[in-house]
Amino acid sequence: MSRRNRRNDSKPLKGLKKEPTGISGFDEITRGGLPAGRPTLVCGSAGAGKTLFAMEFLVRGAMVYNEPGVFISFEESDEELATNVASLGFDLNQLIADKKLLLDYIFIERSEIEETGEYDLEGLFVRLGHAIDSIGAKRIVLDTLEALFSALSNEAIIRAELRRLFRWLKEKGVTAVITCERGDGTLTRYGLEEYVADCVILLDHRVQNQISTRRLRIVKYRGTAHGTNEYPFFIDEKGFSVLPITSIGLSHRAPTEYVSSGIPRLDTMLNGRGFYRGSSILLSGTAGTGKSTLAAHFVESACRRGERALFFAFEESQDQIIRNMRSIGIDLEPFVRKGLLNFQSARPSSWGLEVHLATMHKAIEEFNPSVVVIDPITNFLAVGDDVETKSMLTRLIDFLKIKQITAMFTSLTSAQTEIEDSEVGVSSLMDAWVLVKNIESNGERNRGLYILKARGIAHSNQVREFLLTSNGIELIDAYIGAEGVLMGSARFGQLARERAAEIERRQETLRKERELRRKQELYELQLMALKGQYESERDAILKELEEEKSRLKTVADQRLEIARLRHADNGGVQIQDQNGTTKARKGKSR
Amino acid sequence: MKTPTKKSRRATNGGPPQTDSADPSRWNLRLYVAGQTPRSITAFKNLKDICEEYLKGKYHIEVIDLMDNPTLARGDQILAIPTLVRKLPEPIRKIIGDLSNTERVLVGLDIKPR
Repeated sequence: MSRRNRRNDSKPLKGLKKEPTGISGFDEITRGGLPAGRPTLVCGSAGAGKTLFAMEFLVRGAMVYNEPGVFISFEESDEELATNVASLGFDLNQLIADKKLLLDYIFIERSEIEETGEYDLEGLFVRLGHAIDSIGAKRIVLDTLEALFSALSNEAIIRAELRRLFRWLKEKGVTAVITCERGDGTLTRYGLEEYVADCVILLDHRVQNQISTRRLRIVKYRGTAHGTNEYPFFIDEKGFSVLPITSIGLSHRAPTEYVSSGIPRLDTMLNGRGFYRGSSILLSGTAGTGKSTLAAHFVESACRRGERALFFAFEESQDQIIRNMRSIGIDLEPFVRKGLLNFQSARPSSWGLEVHLATMHKAIEEFNPSVVVIDPITNFLAVGDDVETKSMLTRLIDFLKIKQITAMFTSLTSAQTEIEDSEVGVSSLMDAWVLVKNIESNGERNRGLYILKARGIAHSNQVREFLLTSNGIELIDAYIGAEGVLMGSARFGQLARERAAEIERRQETLRKERELRRKQELYELQLMALKGQYESERDAILKELEEEKSRLKTVADQRLEIARLRHADNGGVQIQDQNGTTKARKGKSR
Repeated sequence: MKTPTKKSRRATNGGPPQTDSADPSRWNLRLYVAGQTPRSITAFKNLKDICEEYLKGKYHIEVIDLMDNPTLARGDQILAIPTLVRKLPEPIRKIIGDLSNTERVLVGLDIKPR
């Protein structure tokens, strides 16, 4: 993708024209590829990958850069070569049919040959010349040219002819790769580096602690700057990959976006938002503290957001992780099926550190995740020592930061050592450090979690207890009181006591409220009773008054009746008969 | 493909009257050269002399100039120039160089025991 850019970039830098090899990573470390139109020596011991390097140079040249190439083999026949590289997905026969590639097998049977007198290798030149011209080759590989030395006895002639050959190749303007067997203490067994002085690449296959690592080094590259480190490389089903993994430095951008940890309460502890995107998070703790579970939460939340996550598991297989996480309510399988989540499981001891780093690079490049989990990093110590592991992780972290991938590294600390000491020396590389700890007291173990550091995030300084429930991790406030941090049943007991007191207080309040209500009701009832009493008394009085009135009226009426019977001439009284007041007055006045 | 060069025509004159290389002459020799270099000419001359002396009447020499027929270099796996290939009798033998050492040539051609 950016290979072409790099090629262009390299042009103004130096006068030497370079030919991109198309080999993954190689063009980066050579800043453009092999010297164009010049021979390059690729040396290495048996099985170092020389032939493959050379073949990929041609195949990529033909497929990617449309530059035909010639492969002159002194060791393997055409068919053997085609078969060998078919496993890498290179279809040589198709390329040959398209006239993009030409294989020529030069086979010399020593026993058939008798030497007498002067000769030269014009026959070889004719063959090479014909091969180059017949497909207009821009690239040529001679694998392994040194076979000449074993086929012919006159070394003086061979040397003279080889010198002529390299000159001739330069004149032809083809970019040549010449493979050579490595000698004892020398780069090549027959000192070919004497003739091919422009570029020398050394391939090495080393076994350390029974773990093999392939490495590549540019011994010499005349007229250009190049990486001088030993670069790990590996050969897989996609061919040759060199990994220009160096510490890229501290020039990466710092995103201000946040990524949830997957646990709401942990996010709360991190200023309510979580970790910074692109940050590296160290999750350390002793065995069985739930590091992997925290990591699974992190991955799950990323997948829920629709982001891609890559899980490097160095202890468990994919199935095992999925099964175990399901038991606590995290189902990762749908995400795997959707292609959002990818597991890369491998034993740390399968390869050397460099190859691990390389594979991780490759997996990350291919999967392009936004979240990466490495579980755990401590296992790498089984493969390399502290310094190597730290250097490897530095490079990995730099790489992840440049890609703005949020990475979570779990780290197993042993219970005996001080937790802060036992980190692979990587804590300074990390932006955030979450510690999970088994806290043992009162005959039980409880999990505690706290944030040791979180760069650029105002974070909680509190220890939280965390529980693994069937719904995943739950964070609980640990009880912090006069007796220290209380967790588990101690916390539970303390909380129960507090709850009891609380309930008591609440009941007291309720009781008072009830009392008040009762009193109110009582007084209201009393008021009602009093009112009733008043009303009945009032009614009685009114009734009495009424009776009195009617009695008085009756008396007056009787008196009138008597008067009428006596024929009294009291007409006025009769007229005012209807008027009680008058009657009353009359009565009173009487 | 096997276009005999002028040289190869010239060369088939060693033995008794014969029509072509297919006749029962037992020795079928092929000399690969690349252009008419002094070394090629020397080699051809040396070969001719040896054949006349030891294989008179029963040899056939074909000279192949790779400058004209570069593809032929592949068939006999020619690297060094000049190369003499004994096609017949079997097995194939190769002698490289200008054939100046007659003893070695005779050994190489199995005319003399090793």
